[in-house]
Amino acid sequence: MSKHLFTSGHTACSGCGQAMAARLVIDAAGPNTIVANSTGCLEVFSTKYPESAWEIPWVHSLFENSAAVASGIEAALIYLGKKDNINVIAQGGDGGSADIGLQAISGMLERGHDILYVCYDNEAYMNTGVQRSGLTPLETNTTTSPVGNNSSGNWRPKKPMPEIALAHGIPYVAIASVAFPQDLQRKVKKALSIKGPKYLQIHVPCPLGWRHEPSLTYQVAKLAVETGLYPLIEYENGVLSSRRQIKPLPVEEYLKPQGRFKHILNNPELLKKFQEVADNNIKKYNLKLENQAD
Amino acid sequence: MKEFLEGSLAVAEIVKLCKPGVISAYPITPQTHIVEELAQFVANGELGSQFVNVESEHSAASVVLGAVASGVRAYTATSSQGLFYMGEVLFNIAGMRLPLVMTCANRAISAPINIWNDQQDSVSLRDCGWAQFFAEDIQEAVDLHLIGYRLSEDKSVMLPVMVCMDGFALTHGIETVDLPTQEQVDKFLPAYQPLYKLDPADPMTLGALGDPEYYAEGRYAIQETFKETLGLIPKITAEFAEVFGRNYSGITEEYRTKDAERVIVAMGSVCGTIKEVIDELRVKGKKVGLLKIVSYRPFPAQAIYETLKNIPRVAVLDRALSLGSYAPLASEVKAVFFGKKKQPKVISSFIVGLGGRDITKDSIKEIFRLLVNKERSCEFIDLKPELLKENYE
Repeated sequence: MSKHLFTSGHTACSGCGQAMAARLVIDAAGPNTIVANSTGCLEVFSTKYPESAWEIPWVHSLFENSAAVASGIEAALIYLGKKDNINVIAQGGDGGSADIGLQAISGMLERGHDILYVCYDNEAYMNTGVQRSGLTPLETNTTTSPVGNNSSGNWRPKKPMPEIALAHGIPYVAIASVAFPQDLQRKVKKALSIKGPKYLQIHVPCPLGWRHEPSLTYQVAKLAVETGLYPLIEYENGVLSSRRQIKPLPVEEYLKPQGRFKHILNNPELLKKFQEVADNNIKKYNLKLENQAD
Repeated sequence: MKEFLEGSLAVAEIVKLCKPGVISAYPITPQTHIVEELAQFVANGELGSQFVNVESEHSAASVVLGAVASGVRAYTATSSQGLFYMGEVLFNIAGMRLPLVMTCANRAISAPINIWNDQQDSVSLRDCGWAQFFAEDIQEAVDLHLIGYRLSEDKSVMLPVMVCMDGFALTHGIETVDLPTQEQVDKFLPAYQPLYKLDPADPMTLGALGDPEYYAEGRYAIQETFKETLGLIPKITAEFAEVFGRNYSGITEEYRTKDAERVIVAMGSVCGTIKEVIDELRVKGKKVGLLKIVSYRPFPAQAIYETLKNIPRVAVLDRALSLGSYAPLASEVKAVFFGKKKQPKVISSFIVGLGGRDITKDSIKEIFRLLVNKERSCEFIDLKPELLKENYE
């Protein structure tokens, strides 16, 4: 059995997409890596004292400051003359990244630190019980964007974090999915080969919060990509350098296994709006395979 | 070498001599001159630190946290709202047992917004697990940074130190300061040797989750360390005296208290004014004195007891409030004497110098005058009665 740098024995829920992605990220980064981790599920289930799942140096401080803590680590390594040999990764969930941690991330990106920021996007505050975040999709049923007579779920689309990162003029921005592990690991390695600030956002299903069977994590993540809802794209120096093209499936295929979207499936109007999100992505990033028959 | 220097520049000079590997700060009045000067040192190549210009105080504290966790000495400075914005990071740094020195240029807290000096900022964060030292003058502020690093990085301590200096009065005031040489500083303050650090050669997890089975012991350990720290400070200041020739207790300072009948307890630059008033009143035969608190955290209860136990009347000056309760320093000084056989007949509490209102020699004389057998609680000095007459009906 190969040795992983994120080991078994942690207490993540079965089918946790974030745990799978975290292992893929750190295995791709390798042992010469220091990680600063935001508060959240990943931190809680991997480092309950006196145990730790991390075989690399790892630090957790607070919810919103992993990008700033990583900036201090990077500055210290430069001072010690060790930065060239050590990767620095800051990571957190979607709430810790797109909401409460956005300022620290923006500062880190703007200052030009040689750091990879990884956002594990499971589309709500899962650690506190599935509350809406800035990366919660349109119409999603969460505990703070519940469905009711006056509400059809989350009232806003996802905050465009990759575009926000891109606007800082940084050399590398990419979106990956836990359902495409080779693509994910290639992007981690690519990012770490580039000097400067990098942003990687990874789609990671949460069976508990999304209300799908834990055995379906991989399939659900794959469907997000194949419907065009989560485009796998890559920007180098501000230019779109790769995209995964698809034969687009209707969004119902993605919505069906998930309890959080149950109210959409029976409502043609909501479904139409949801399909538009996918259609817009497909058009914007030219995701449709050209040789498709239709 | 003695130089006529602004307080902020003197602090920048001593920080330079302490050779932090990483400096990070966000500008806030009246801290700015300190970090501007340090940035200039780095720009000139006089100082080899990494200077990280952050987007907020929250990140300034987080950057130095990350730097110290990586095994490097670090420095930051802030004031007022900036200190509050750092608040949760400050608790975190102490909880993680990371040694650090920060300058707090003491300033009032909004609202109303006010950039001038009082001590509400650091006093409000007295529970965050940092040592807090209050300087009376610029020389003491300079020296407390050296003592602070030495104490903070001691293997038996490993806790952060906040050097508090009154905004403008000390940060922008100009005094003659004796700055040490690099050789002296290196002798007193060796290179930082971390107990633990983030290092791929020896991977460790820092900042783990402490559940109910473990959390309390971590907090208890800090509480116990602070008790021991009170014993360590005089040893460090004795070494300091050997190298630099200046004597500090580092905990409290007594001024003409031996035969005193009335003593003021105070922290910070106001102590200079109080000493002048005492000298004047002593000439007139009044038996008055001062107990200066240097170390607010750890709180020097025993030293306070020893100095004040036979003093009939004590006035505690607070430049901060605990709104809705007793004044912060006064309530703690009173707590020292609860249940003790020997204690002052009167411990009165006075509020002075809020939001930069001058504390004049007359203010101090008024406090001595009001220090009679009737105890006063949270008595505001130098209030303007004409401003209290608004009718909102």
